[in-house]
This record gives sequence, C-alpha cells and structure tokens, in this order.
Amino acid sequence: MTRATASGFWKQALSIARRDLMIESRGGEVFGVVLPFAAVAVFVVPLATDALATRLDQLAYPVFWLVGLLFGMQVALRQTGTENLTQRRTLALMGIDPAARFAGRSLAAAILTTGVMLVIAPLVVLFYDPDSIPDIWPSLAAIIGFALGLSMLSTLAGDVTVGLRTRSSLAPLIVAPISVPLLIGASQTLEALIRDRSTMAPALLLTVTVLSLAVTGVLTAPALEEATT
Amino acid sequence: MNSALVSLRGVGVRFGPTPVLADIDLDLAPGEALGITGPNGAGKSTLLAVISTLLRPAAGTVSVFGSPVLRRDLPGVRRRIGMSGHEPGLYPELTLLENLALVENLVGDVRMSAMQVLEVVGLAGAAQRRASTASNGMQRRTDLARLIMTRPDLILLDEAHASLDSAARDIIDRLIHRTCEAGGGAVVVSHDRGVLGRSVDRVVEVAAGRLT
Repeated sequence: MTRATASGFWKQALSIARRDLMIESRGGEVFGVVLPFAAVAVFVVPLATDALATRLDQLAYPVFWLVGLLFGMQVALRQTGTENLTQRRTLALMGIDPAARFAGRSLAAAILTTGVMLVIAPLVVLFYDPDSIPDIWPSLAAIIGFALGLSMLSTLAGDVTVGLRTRSSLAPLIVAPISVPLLIGASQTLEALIRDRSTMAPALLLTVTVLSLAVTGVLTAPALEEATT
Repeated sequence: MNSALVSLRGVGVRFGPTPVLADIDLDLAPGEALGITGPNGAGKSTLLAVISTLLRPAAGTVSVFGSPVLRRDLPGVRRRIGMSGHEPGLYPELTLLENLALVENLVGDVRMSAMQVLEVVGLAGAAQRRASTASNGMQRRTDLARLIMTRPDLILLDEAHASLDSAARDIIDRLIHRTCEAGGGAVVVSHDRGVLGRSVDRVVEVAAGRLT
C-alpha cells in the first residue's frame, strides 16, 4: 500500500496562489475589466461633488480608499469564484490543507488588489493634486496590509456564500461592514504619515485586524471546506 | 480496526426531507474492484460521495482504510483516495500540462512527472493545449492521468467509462487492475452493467436508495 506525503503548507499555498494568478493572466478580468472601471470611478467622483470642485485636493485620499475598497472587494470576491464544485472536491481528495487553500487564494487576491490600488494611486495624485504625499514605503505597507485583509475577508465571505443564489449580493454585504477596521487602520496610517503624527495606533489596528482575519480564516477553513464540498 | 478497505454499516443519506440512501451495508476488500449499477437517480453517485468521505451520512457508520472516518483524519485519508467522474476537475484557462503540473506541485510525492503521465495517456502532443479547447475525451484522459500520477490506494470512478474510446477505457481498466494488484481497491459506478462486467470483480445494484 502506498501513501502520498503532504507537501508543506506554504508550498501548497503558493501553488494555489500561482494557479489563481495564471488563470487571471489568461482571462485578464482584473486588469482588463475591473481596473479600467476603477480608473473611471476616480475621475467620476469630482463630477458628482461639484460644490467641492475647488477643493479637489481634499478629496484625494478619501476617493483613493473608497475606490480601493469597492474595486478591491470586486477583485477579491471574483477570485473566490475561481473554483467550481468538482475542482473543490478534487483538491479536497488530494488532501490539500484547507488552510493552505485559504492562504493561497487570499494571497493571489491580495496581489491583484494591491496591483489595482497601485495603479489607482498615481491617477489620484495626478488628478486631485493633494497638498502632501506620504512616504512611499510606509504607504505601500498600509496598502498591502489593507489589500491582504480585504482579500482574506472576501475569501471567507466567498466561502460562506458558496452555492447560494444570493451570493453576488450577500458576499459584499458581509465584507463591507467588517472591512471598516481595515479601512480606518489603513487610511489613518496614511493620514498620520501626511500630518507627521504617530502611526502606532492606526497601524496597530490594521495589523490586529489582518492577523485576526488570518487566524479566523485558518481556523474555519476545514469546516468551510466540509460545508462546500 | 476493520480489515475491509471500505466498510459501510446502516448508512442513510437525506437531502432535506428526501431520503436518498437507506440502510446501506457494503464492504470492499483489499484488492477488490466493486461495481455499482442502477437506474438514473437511484443514489449511485451519492453512495460514491459517501465512500469518498466528501458526504457525511445522516445515519450509519463509514470506515475507510480500516478506521472510522474522523474529521481530524480527513486530509490523510483523502490523500489516499482518487476520484474521477464525468465532469473532469480541470481549470479551463490552464493547459493540460499546467493542470497536471499543479497536481504535481500540490501533492509533491507523485509517481510520474506531468509530462510523463501525459505520454502514458496518449496526450503528449496536446500538452500545451488549453483545457477549454480540448475535447471532452481529452479532458477525461487528463483527469485519469491525475489518478495515474498520484496512484491512490482507493479509486472511485463515477460513470468514468461513458463516452470514452476503447483506448481510454483500457487506461481505466489498467488503472483499476494495478491499484487492486497493489492491495488497494476500486469502486466503479455505471448505469451500464456491460461496462462494469470487464472492469470489476462483483457488481451490486442500487435501486431507490437501497442495495438490492
């Protein structure tokens, strides 16, 4: 009798992430469809706020986070639909660690979400011309933290709503309220950087939220896999 | 410990208020290939899902590889089970080779490389073809290649022979034979008793959710 040995958690997670990124590179939905709409949204907001047109610079960062949240959620939730029932069952029967699957799918979604936000960021700066621009590396860390948290949250919401007819409307309703601490943590970190204040409290909020989502995702992954295969 | 590879006792499954399987007692010995037949909607695929551990029954006990299936043991037990059905679990955006390379990377310890196994199933020339553009037969062969590659101890085939040419059916029969020879087992579901005749040691029939 033979018995296959399990490859390591991270090897499995990275293979799943690579799979999702390869599928995205072939389909091109995120950068071919979601990103152009996100870019349009950046330009549309000032048209809807005519009264503030003279103070466009003050809208820069709120618009960045709003567009990042809405379209990041779109990217991450779309990614969670990569697997159909047969594929999920095939992975389960290969003995793939459900937590590694969660980590891999979240990682792929986080990379794509970060990519979308990094394309939006210079558009916002160019169009809104904010008074000051925060240091690039701490800002990048806040964006990556936000994207990672949003992706894990969306992956969880995607799994909870798998197979439901109302999935496309229900999943964002789950993600939106729970993403508030992520949004506050990331946006206030940037705000603190701009105003030269301590980033400790918002960065801590962001970190704790991301870690909580990671722990929740890993702990609930086996039960969610059972429920969705 | 139970010496049977698979042992079902008093298994019952309900989908909502509808009973799908009832009072199923079934054993699969090491080295045995079992056929399950029956009309459409009889519960054959549901029974296979129970054996695969993917479906937890509402009643009864399921033992696989000699022990009752416990949640904490699932990944280890499932790693030793290979399942193929009429709908292959391939990713349409990836090539046939990439689909198998993914399995190779995920499982780690495989018997053959992705390219080698494509040669075995006669698809080396179509390795770079995307699954979405491959015929259903090619996709099914690729799915069988996954089983050859990972060489599970228990093979579960759900209507796997349907709409395959004789060469592909031979691949299935060889896979079943080699698995059983190595002390493993196979459960093959088909509504066509004639298909089962040449592949399995014995056949049981499911009708209206019961073994007859």
